[in-house]
Amino acid sequence: MSAEYVLEMKNITKRYGENTVLSDVSLSVRPGEIHALLGENGAGKSTLMNVLFGMPVIHTTGGFEGQVLLDGETANVTSPHDAMVKGIGMVHQEFMLLPGFTVTENIKLNRETTHPNIVSRILGKNLETLDMEAMAADARKALDSVGMSIDEHTLVEGMPVGYMQFVEIAREIDKTGVKLLVFDEPTAVLTESEATQLVSVMKQIAANGIAIIFITHRLDEVMAAADSITILRDGKLAATREKAKTSVVELAELMIGRKGESMVEADPRTAPQDKVAMSIRDLYVDMPGEEVRGVTLDVYEGEILGIGGLAGQGKLGIPNGVMSLYDTQGSVTLFGEPLKLGNAGDALRAGIAMVSEDRKGVGLLLDQSIEDNIVFNAMQIKGEYLHKVGFFTLKDGGAVRRTADKMIRDLDIRCFGPMQHAGTLSGGNQQKVCIARALVMGPRFLFVSEPTRGIDIGAKKLVLETLLRLNREQGMTIVIVSSELQELKSISDRIAIISEGKLVDILSPNASDADFGLAMSGIKPGDQLEKGDDAQ
Amino acid sequence: MRKPGDVRTWMRNNAVTVMFVLLCIICIIYSGQSMSYVMYEMFGRLSRNAFIVLALIIPIVAGMGINFAITIGAMAAQIAALWVIEWGVGGFGGFLLAMLMTMPIAGLFGFLIGKLLNKMKGQEMIGGLILGYFANGLYQLLFLFIFGNLIPLNTPGLVIKGSTGVANTIDLTYGSGGGIKYALDGLWKLSFGPALYICCGVIAALLLVLILTKRMNAKKGGIAIGILAAACLLYQIPAVASLFSMVTVPMVTFLVVGLLCLFNVGIMKTRIGQQFRAVGQNRTVANASGIHVDHVRVIAIMISTVLAGWGQLIFVQNMGTFQTYGAHEQVGLYAGAAILVGGASIRRATNGQALLGCILFHLLFIVTPPAAKNLFGDAAIGEYFRVFISYGVIALALVMHAWSSIQKKRPENAMAEAGKAS
Repeated sequence: MSAEYVLEMKNITKRYGENTVLSDVSLSVRPGEIHALLGENGAGKSTLMNVLFGMPVIHTTGGFEGQVLLDGETANVTSPHDAMVKGIGMVHQEFMLLPGFTVTENIKLNRETTHPNIVSRILGKNLETLDMEAMAADARKALDSVGMSIDEHTLVEGMPVGYMQFVEIAREIDKTGVKLLVFDEPTAVLTESEATQLVSVMKQIAANGIAIIFITHRLDEVMAAADSITILRDGKLAATREKAKTSVVELAELMIGRKGESMVEADPRTAPQDKVAMSIRDLYVDMPGEEVRGVTLDVYEGEILGIGGLAGQGKLGIPNGVMSLYDTQGSVTLFGEPLKLGNAGDALRAGIAMVSEDRKGVGLLLDQSIEDNIVFNAMQIKGEYLHKVGFFTLKDGGAVRRTADKMIRDLDIRCFGPMQHAGTLSGGNQQKVCIARALVMGPRFLFVSEPTRGIDIGAKKLVLETLLRLNREQGMTIVIVSSELQELKSISDRIAIISEGKLVDILSPNASDADFGLAMSGIKPGDQLEKGDDAQ
Repeated sequence: MRKPGDVRTWMRNNAVTVMFVLLCIICIIYSGQSMSYVMYEMFGRLSRNAFIVLALIIPIVAGMGINFAITIGAMAAQIAALWVIEWGVGGFGGFLLAMLMTMPIAGLFGFLIGKLLNKMKGQEMIGGLILGYFANGLYQLLFLFIFGNLIPLNTPGLVIKGSTGVANTIDLTYGSGGGIKYALDGLWKLSFGPALYICCGVIAALLLVLILTKRMNAKKGGIAIGILAAACLLYQIPAVASLFSMVTVPMVTFLVVGLLCLFNVGIMKTRIGQQFRAVGQNRTVANASGIHVDHVRVIAIMISTVLAGWGQLIFVQNMGTFQTYGAHEQVGLYAGAAILVGGASIRRATNGQALLGCILFHLLFIVTPPAAKNLFGDAAIGEYFRVFISYGVIALALVMHAWSSIQKKRPENAMAEAGKAS
């Protein structure tokens, strides 16, 4: 007799050291059901899937608490291969396909059909000849079942990405005894029509009795495909819903939720909107993992603009692109003058400073003293803090020390003195050194990228207060990019939400969680309301 | 129809080979050597070097680049050769015994090399090269101190009287039946004409069988048979025949080379071959599909090392003597250069490329000294030139590999490729 659920994960708790990333999460999937798993980045979706697949990262960090049941029986999945044997398949977000192999070879990889020959009878199964015809026939069957007409002998290399996704699915289906398939953000790389086709293929697979876990952030697809929905938030189970009894707005609200009180109280004011400080037109940035695909945006002089969105959607690409740290196309105007893209030095000279999200990689010279770090850019780009002695240029030690002391005082950098190495500071204080270095450049425009990533709550508060003070007291225009919505809401005048490389909408910090949730999944909140009105 | 862009791509992909063909033609013209002599030299060199170049293919397919550690396979072969001479086993039997002995020794070395290279993924080539130098130290310890001292050698000439360790040069003529010199080459030698007829006849017969059993496309097979017939007809022209007048063909040696080519093709059609290719293309994907990546890589290196050992045996039996402390040193470098000259890259290699590369590389070796003598009045310049060439071609291949992978990454090219596919 078959159990009611093909998969039950009960009360899963997972800790990495002190850090609890999943606490008491449960998930149940019925046979033949499409179950959507929703959540922001860091909500615990991937950790939950890692537990399901028995990934080494789980076992090497002390395992997990809770129970996993397959077909009602306790299962102990020890490795991804074990998961495959137990009938759990994964359609990866990044394709696990070999470009130089044909579709058939990819589908049957390491599960080849072979027939014995003279040598293999002596030396073992590994030398058995491949039976290409039988393999091609199997591949054809699997491809047909996902509605793909492509020739099974085509090389994967050069195929449209959409096709690759379907080849991946065909491979999972071809595995005998598969009863649960996990789709990890399958529609992220697909065009709209391909995504629609994918949803219908998923329904077809589910109709054959195979359960599907569908991980995505596109709420409209969830509504189109899923039968039931589990929402995670901050490593906890936020809710489980049946599709019929919920709405996009409710899902968006559940996904974002409230996360405590705001850390910094900005005095309410009307955001300055009279002069444009920077206008970005059709910005395309080729930053791996954070591509920007055509963003048009105005930043007003004297405001704090927040840029939010889920990870990998391109919000980080905007400051990196404007600073020309990656290949960039489009046009940017700064205080009325066009900014030449392609050289980071030009951007710095034009008066833009950036505090990078990659504090240790790009931001700081860890083995150098605090004072050297603070004046480094000013020295290299603007030629300040230097003496000229004949042919030599020497560092002006006195001026450097005075500036460093002032910055340490102003920004409250906790250290033993300006000579301490930057690498020995705490994360929050390193971040302040980065900000100090940006300020020494005397910028008219400041980009701050993920300023509070990896630093503790107290330090977060200090960093945010510093930014707020710079804006209010010196009138500096600041663009702050962050994954933490709460942080953006607490200090920004306006918040731009980026999804799939494009600007979805600019919201007021007082907008509702549902609006933010919808925007992050790529739906402009206004549109949704209109649709809602139509329905009524 | 070919567009101009295709020609440019073709030139880009085959720049090294084209450059070498031109170089060879220029050097042949200036060398003043008769073509029949050049051909004679070339067949000799091809017969003794082709095998070891072919031994490089499997690791390249498995994504480990050129296996410079074949040097160590050559060392294994020399250890085996030494003992076969010491025991006085000569002739074909001695050669077979040496091959048999090489197998476990080279296999063990290959296993250890593979284990080490698994710890330095992405740097296999430099790793193999350095490993060759390192192993040379152990080899010298073995030949200078252990053999001849701790383990006495009794054959006269292997140890110089009043000295320690194995002699500088090992003479392979010692032993029953003239030793293992020409043990393989001497089995069956034919002049070029009959050799050509027999080869073409056998291949044509095999093709016919394949066509009749419907395992091969009749059109393709027909064309191949046609080409063979044309080659035989072409040989009837006296001018062509005179080119090969000095050539004698060691039939068995070429048969062994042919078998290795078949092996290289055949193994790719098996499960393990599929695993080599999968691992070569992307280790992550191979691993995700349950292939034991490290294991597959070790097997690839083991096969390559054993084949390289046999290749070195073929080399020394042809030479009749070998430099105890030097014969193995340049093996990896020359074989690597040869396969790259043939148009292989460090990611892709075929039998054809290995053989073509072997021909071109050794052609240049034959003609550069006389050409340099005629042009600059000094044969040593040609000598330098060919050493420079072998290092240069490896450097060039690495640069071109880096360059073409950058080209592929550029968005406009990626677009063009995607456009081609759709």
